Amino acid sequence: MLFKTITKENFKKMVEGLLEENEVIGPRSRDQDLEGNKIYRFLKVNSFEELEMDYTRSYSSPKNYFLPFKEDFATYRLEDNNWEQEIRYTVHPRVIIGMRACDINALLKLDQVMLKSVYPNPYYFARRQNTLIIGLDHEPLEDCFCRSMNTDTAFHGFDLFLTDIGDKYFVAINSDTAYIIINQFDAREVTEEDQERFKTVKEQIKSKFKTQVDITILPELMDLEFESEVWKKWGDKCLSCGSCAMVCPTCYCYGIEEDTNLTFTKATKRRFLYSCNLLDFAAVAGGHNFRPEAHIRLKYRYYHQFRGFVEAFNQSLCVGCNRCGKACLAGISPKAVIDDLIKTEKNEY
Amino acid sequence: MKYSGITLKKPKVGFFDFTGCEGCQLQITNKEENLKALFGLVEVVNFREISSERRDDYEIAFIDGCITTDSEVARLKKIREQAGILVAMGACACLGGVNNLRSRFPLPDVVKEVYDGHHVDTGPVRKVAEIVPVDIELPGCPISKHEFEWLVRHLVLGIEPQFPKYPVCVECKQRLNSCVLDMGMMCLGPVTRAGCNAVCPRNRLGCWGCRGPSEEANFESLMEILREKGFTEEHIAERVKFFNAFSGILNSDC
Repeated sequence: MLFKTITKENFKKMVEGLLEENEVIGPRSRDQDLEGNKIYRFLKVNSFEELEMDYTRSYSSPKNYFLPFKEDFATYRLEDNNWEQEIRYTVHPRVIIGMRACDINALLKLDQVMLKSVYPNPYYFARRQNTLIIGLDHEPLEDCFCRSMNTDTAFHGFDLFLTDIGDKYFVAINSDTAYIIINQFDAREVTEEDQERFKTVKEQIKSKFKTQVDITILPELMDLEFESEVWKKWGDKCLSCGSCAMVCPTCYCYGIEEDTNLTFTKATKRRFLYSCNLLDFAAVAGGHNFRPEAHIRLKYRYYHQFRGFVEAFNQSLCVGCNRCGKACLAGISPKAVIDDLIKTEKNEY
Repeated sequence: MKYSGITLKKPKVGFFDFTGCEGCQLQITNKEENLKALFGLVEVVNFREISSERRDDYEIAFIDGCITTDSEVARLKKIREQAGILVAMGACACLGGVNNLRSRFPLPDVVKEVYDGHHVDTGPVRKVAEIVPVDIELPGCPISKHEFEWLVRHLVLGIEPQFPKYPVCVECKQRLNSCVLDMGMMCLGPVTRAGCNAVCPRNRLGCWGCRGPSEEANFESLMEILREKGFTEEHIAERVKFFNAFSGILNSDC
């Protein structure tokens, strides 16, 4: 990793340069909530002015630019007794600006599953390879618990990572491509003053974490509390609407569907992201549903996030962004559920 | 017509309108670029919006509208006798739909208000399944053309269609919409069957539940959420009763 600085003016020029040849995605606001707060999400950006670098929370994670909600695996041309399959991995070069450290860590976790497993996912690989990631530091929001999940900083998984130090950005450079790009826009060596400002900003960020979730014994705790009333308490509120998994930066469970066109001359095999909270997630051929109850499904989502993934990869799947907690109308959040589990274990529940 | 070497039979289909705006049938005729392909899959023997032909040898009957008169009951029963597969199409046929709003008032008052005392042969609003067994319910107000075409492909191939069991929220989140409940609007998306691609929330209009309830929808939880958000019982009741989609889940007093 190399470090440089770039003035905000030159950063603007850089983004405008990137816009010429790439699809650029970044935080943009659309709508406001009842308190008048802007609602942000990662959307296509057509000009630098549309980018909102001072965004707070994106309602949905940028996961869908790597794992689309719906994705064609293959298309088929059907002839009389024959068929021809076409598979495309081609992805237009893309830049995502403004990803948080937690979202970059989320990608690193998805990499474990999608790239480093026995069956790598070429569709994901194509998107990952063709996406330039420009990360952006931020002061934690009141419910961010990424620090507890050890995902509040990112050391790899991005091309550039920006920290706002006033009139310029302190930039971590993590790829050759990014190095070549940023040097075309008058990136400067880091001065002693820059270093001091960077340290001050980092200290400020560190001091502003308010929410903590104790995950030290969580995998064991989950086994001990398998029958806990806590699951029922939150499960009864659960709408089984899948919002949590849709906005989550790491939930990757999916289904496969096949369809044809109206003349039965073309067919498509499609992958769609699903959620383990949805009623028929564990329904199998023959009609049996292994998890017909909402609280059991909710429990297994937490099991995957905080126990199953730990067993497989020695880290939680959750990155502590609390998007699920914010999207859940019923107020189910990892902090609330895990705190309850810990209380049960201490007989305080 | 062949699919993977197998010759497909063209089922004979009929479309029948009852009490409703006939908008669901109009939806089918709307998508002109696909009409040739769509009607290449089936043999239309009865569909007054597109053809003057009237035959009664249909194998599949599509029913549009709710049932309000004795003559409609008799006509529906006759159609059921003929049709191998009967599809209730749209909110009126599946749920009773908007027409059911009048059920809040005594029928004579409604007739007086609307028809100024003229005699009208009309009875209570009933969904198709209250009169005859329904094989497939194609939900929505109006139905989606996309879903209709998808259903026809299933019918032609003889595959049982699987409608989404989950609520609208899934599709709403997938379209990166803002949650309209966060924006202060009433929405029944969390308890309404998906498949509409969240078209109303996409346009910043809360869901009215035209597709009926999602399977094992958690009404109690949503009611609690709506009350906590400050919606009045009247407001909630008005929304929930609109399409008659959630009858029996509310307390009788709201």
